[in-house]
Amino acid sequence: MIVLDKVNKWYGDYHALVDITERVEKNEVLVVCGPSGSGKSTLIRTLNRLEEIQGGSIAIDGRDIHAKGADVNALRAGIGFVFQHFNLFPHLTVLENCTLAPVRLKRASKAEARDYALQLLERVGLAHKQDAYPNALSGGQQQRVAIARALAMRPPIMLFDEPTSALDPEMVGEVLQVMRTLAHEGMTMVCVTHEMGFARDVADRIWFMAEGKLLEKATPQAFFANPQHPRAQQFLADRKRD
Amino acid sequence: MNAFLELIDTYWLYFLVGQYPDGPLGGLVLTVLLSGAALVLAMPLGLMLGIARVSPYRAVSLPVAGVVQVVRAVPLLLVLFWAYFFLPAVTGVKTSQAATMLIVLVVFDSVYLAEIVAAGIRALPPGQLESARSLGLSYGQALRHVVLPQSLANGLPSIVNQLVSTIKATSLGYIIGLSEVSFIASQINTLVFTQSVQVYLILALTYFMLCFGLSRLAFLLERRLQRRAVQPN
Repeated sequence: MIVLDKVNKWYGDYHALVDITERVEKNEVLVVCGPSGSGKSTLIRTLNRLEEIQGGSIAIDGRDIHAKGADVNALRAGIGFVFQHFNLFPHLTVLENCTLAPVRLKRASKAEARDYALQLLERVGLAHKQDAYPNALSGGQQQRVAIARALAMRPPIMLFDEPTSALDPEMVGEVLQVMRTLAHEGMTMVCVTHEMGFARDVADRIWFMAEGKLLEKATPQAFFANPQHPRAQQFLADRKRD
Repeated sequence: MNAFLELIDTYWLYFLVGQYPDGPLGGLVLTVLLSGAALVLAMPLGLMLGIARVSPYRAVSLPVAGVVQVVRAVPLLLVLFWAYFFLPAVTGVKTSQAATMLIVLVVFDSVYLAEIVAAGIRALPPGQLESARSLGLSYGQALRHVVLPQSLANGLPSIVNQLVSTIKATSLGYIIGLSEVSFIASQINTLVFTQSVQVYLILALTYFMLCFGLSRLAFLLERRLQRRAVQPN
């Protein structure tokens, strides 16, 4: 479903992504982990072209998203993206946040968009907040709305860029619960996260990155029980000590 | 006090509309019309220039930046003088005082408003544009529905500030003999001769009421916008 071929990215002289070549299959839940500065956020941001790449290609369902002249807007509409800092639109209500894109991009009539948004808000447990403004919500609630907003475009793929890193500890669980449900429903997901419990329970596969390189790809069982690369062993040992 | 009331009684119509209908419209009405027209014309222009100023394409943003820097660095009075006396000599086309004033006001206002709009857009967290784009909205749609509604609301105090200074800037029309309210006041002063303090006090109060009224209006508008943003639950 997502095919990366020799993806390379530089910031000036700094080689941020080095020859990343891998695939993500349909219905797969992939967790990308690694120490900070390893390039995992950069990688997930190249998947919907929030970041440009300088070499290689990324195909989503066979369409090259970094091709010259690619219809980036149409491609992005089919890829949900959840940010670390939620990025809800503060001038719109919760419901309006979820209906803006479907209505403006003519994916649905106002009434249809509203009905579907309410269904999604129900699923993330926030239907009663439909008329609230984002500033009146807790971080965990805001992130759940952000997930509903992304789902409102009915994307076949969801990308999560450290969705719980900006949350107070007691709110991490409610967001992870929504992500678990999505995973069980068969959504194709790529999640950059430090939540190793989530990775262990929900991921089909784990990618371990360091210094812009994809150093290890494994099932959660193999990765946690028997990491191969010394950097991965170090990373997991550091995690245990926390 | 009697003389003061008599002054108002005699000259209020002249103060309000100048020599109209026997001559060109002037006085307070001209001042209000000129500043109003300048704002109405400069708003869309300033919005466009401001958006161009933060354009990702340098071919668009650089020329606008140049214009902004030049206009900001020149006194309005100088440009007004120059536009009224020298431009007709060069082009052979004579524009009226009111038209000249209006054009100069629109140019200055749109440039200052452009800076306010651009600053507002730059001040917004980049995550707003990113999350709008990640949903599939185009750059234009993201600006229109996500970025501008927020940055314009945030820039409202600066915009009002600009409107207030526009009203006051019309008094510079005096230099080219435009019969706006300051010019009329000085005419009245010449006619009555002995009551300068009273005449100019009335003029000052008039400007104050116009500008204070406007900023109160803006304050109410701002409070309404804020209430919407922080509404509990």
